[in-house]
Amino acid sequence: MGARILIPPSPKAGDVIDVRILIQHPMETGFRHELSGSVVPKNVLRELRLDFNGLVLLDAELGTGTAANPFIQFQTKLFESGWFNLRWVDDMGVQGSERVQCFLRTS
Amino acid sequence: MKTVLPSRRELIQNALALLSLCAAPFRARAQSAEGQSEEFQKLFLSLTKGAKIKEGKIQITIPRLADNGHSVPLKISIDSPMSQQEHVKTLVILSPRNPRPLVAKMNFFPMNTKLNMATRVRLNGSQSLWVLAQMSDLSWYSQSAEVEVTESACLDAS
Repeated sequence: MGARILIPPSPKAGDVIDVRILIQHPMETGFRHELSGSVVPKNVLRELRLDFNGLVLLDAELGTGTAANPFIQFQTKLFESGWFNLRWVDDMGVQGSERVQCFLRTS
Repeated sequence: MKTVLPSRRELIQNALALLSLCAAPFRARAQSAEGQSEEFQKLFLSLTKGAKIKEGKIQITIPRLADNGHSVPLKISIDSPMSQQEHVKTLVILSPRNPRPLVAKMNFFPMNTKLNMATRVRLNGSQSLWVLAQMSDLSWYSQSAEVEVTESACLDAS
């Protein structure tokens, strides 16, 4: 499972920046059937958490109403360089994580 | 035979009564979960605990007509300073006609930015999408937006 955290390349301290999260996940609703007739079990990203240097910026609980390959965009501000850490867990208990470094522009 | 014609005053009164009847459901919709599915009402109550829901503060941007219910782009912006003292505590996205009405529940860290967020939702047929927000003073706000969906997400095509 892949994931991406998209941030502006080098923001200034205090700038309002857009953070975009995209995770590859089928988000199975549990209402779909396979060709053989068996039900595809419900499997969605239950929890998702994005932190920056340990500060939790976004904490989300997703349901079946979130489209496959969940995408979330929101705004935040950074005051120091550091790492974005994304962690998630789905109904099958599969955990995933992704991290990306962000350098602040000094001038 | 004598027919009783309504006077001009009566006519106007009746017309006004009709007009207010037409407008009532639209005014009431953003504040109560009545007339929606049972699951939705249950979820709505478990979230708000019967608190009074206020209108306003929330802006929803969603296509009026979505061709495909599998992925509908949704933008939400909430009028809040997002400061430590005054911020949005919880943001809940609900879809009354989905078998499981909870789309997502999110908490954002207050960073003194406006709350602007975007995501993609899955919709089972035409419905009104609801957004609930609990502010830091524990008051609830809600807003809904109508979406017309041509191809429903939960119909099994395979």
